[in-house]
Amino acid sequence: MREVQVAEVAAAVERLFIDANVNLSESVRERLTRAVDEEVSPAGKEVLRELLRNAEIARDEQIPLCQDTGLAVVFMEVGQDVRFTGGSLDEAVATGVRNAYDKGYLRKSCCDPFTRKNTGDNTPPIIHTSLVAGEKVRIVVMPKGGGSENYSEVRMLTPSQGIPGIRAFVVDMVRRGGANPCPPIIVGVGVGGNFETSALLSKEALMRPFGERNPDPGIADLELKMLEEINKLGIGPGGYGGIVTALDVHIKALPCHIASLPVAVNIQCHAHRIREAIL
Amino acid sequence: MEIKRITTPLDEGSVSRLRSGDKVLLSGYIYTARDAAHKRFMEVLQEGGPLPIDIKGQVIYYCGPTPPAPGRVIGAAGPTTSSRMDAYAPTLLGLGLKGMIGKGKRSDAVKDAIRTYKALYFGATGGAGALLSKSVRAYDVVAYKDLGPEAVARLLVEDLPLFVINDIFGNDLYEMGLSRYRVAQTT
Repeated sequence: MREVQVAEVAAAVERLFIDANVNLSESVRERLTRAVDEEVSPAGKEVLRELLRNAEIARDEQIPLCQDTGLAVVFMEVGQDVRFTGGSLDEAVATGVRNAYDKGYLRKSCCDPFTRKNTGDNTPPIIHTSLVAGEKVRIVVMPKGGGSENYSEVRMLTPSQGIPGIRAFVVDMVRRGGANPCPPIIVGVGVGGNFETSALLSKEALMRPFGERNPDPGIADLELKMLEEINKLGIGPGGYGGIVTALDVHIKALPCHIASLPVAVNIQCHAHRIREAIL
Repeated sequence: MEIKRITTPLDEGSVSRLRSGDKVLLSGYIYTARDAAHKRFMEVLQEGGPLPIDIKGQVIYYCGPTPPAPGRVIGAAGPTTSSRMDAYAPTLLGLGLKGMIGKGKRSDAVKDAIRTYKALYFGATGGAGALLSKSVRAYDVVAYKDLGPEAVARLLVEDLPLFVINDIFGNDLYEMGLSRYRVAQTT
């Protein structure tokens, strides 16, 4: 049994949220830099250059990349040989979020769904915890903006709709989103499981690095085909027209019921803010 | 890419010189307002009261910035999705609003109102909040302070980088972009 102080979790969560909101990751910077060359539309190129300048300014002046610093999403993989001490784990995560949004001058974007009253400190976070083998704790934070999340959906397709149905659904979601989710986007697709699992898979799919394909060759091929189809839509960076509408498409799949074909699409904006730490 | 400079307040003359697709640097005073502030604007108007700001000739920026760190004028200040304000925009255009800044396409009703009342809809780059904040010289909350990031603020901006999306002639940059770069799907 390994003991982990929940205060360590709080400190990691705080650090990761500020870092994710202020510093564009190197992999996104590289991908956007390549996109400037790939893009053919002058306005699209201009938008991509603005995004690269934006990242430099945010880094140099230590201000958020985007004013929508997101709802705080936290994934934790907890080793089953870990014992937490010093208080509640979920409370510690909330403390980390509260501190990050206060000390990092991040926008508090969390409100009551009915009254729309702001909760004031960007809590509660959305926490997904799973138990894994070992004695480590992996924490992945994702400040998730509203603009991209709003163009996400779960659809219960029928088995007869099959792969063409999945493709049509995913491409249609991107078409409907247009400029709103801040293209060039990253598309997370969850296929299978059940209603709620497909949604979770679509978010987990976003965590895979750019260019890394699904290990199943058939699914990997589908990812590339969908990316190609999406980039033919013409939406382009900022929605001003162009050929770089999506930076990548990632599919995560699980077996499902013989009567069902659950599919979820989770759209991510170009800033693709994700950070992780292992305790 | 040719760049056009404009200064607020806007009038029919300045508005009619711009076309969808133009890259613009905008300077002068503009106002932030998003979902909750617009809802209150409508409530005030329904009760017959005046709006907290005189919007004649003015430009509204759909933006809820991050709080400024000490020594800064404003935090990150990029656009939010404009379509959520579509229900309110025609009323404000009818009252003399001349410009809106946001991201994403507008409803047909808003586009009609843009033509009818001779106004402009500008796009700011979504997710470029740090870059856009560099153009902000002053930030003063002028109404609805209780709304926090959604309060109405007056911003003094210098060379705010924008694209004209909808002009008074019925053009739409998003549609122009799609028709130019869309490739017919073969599958």
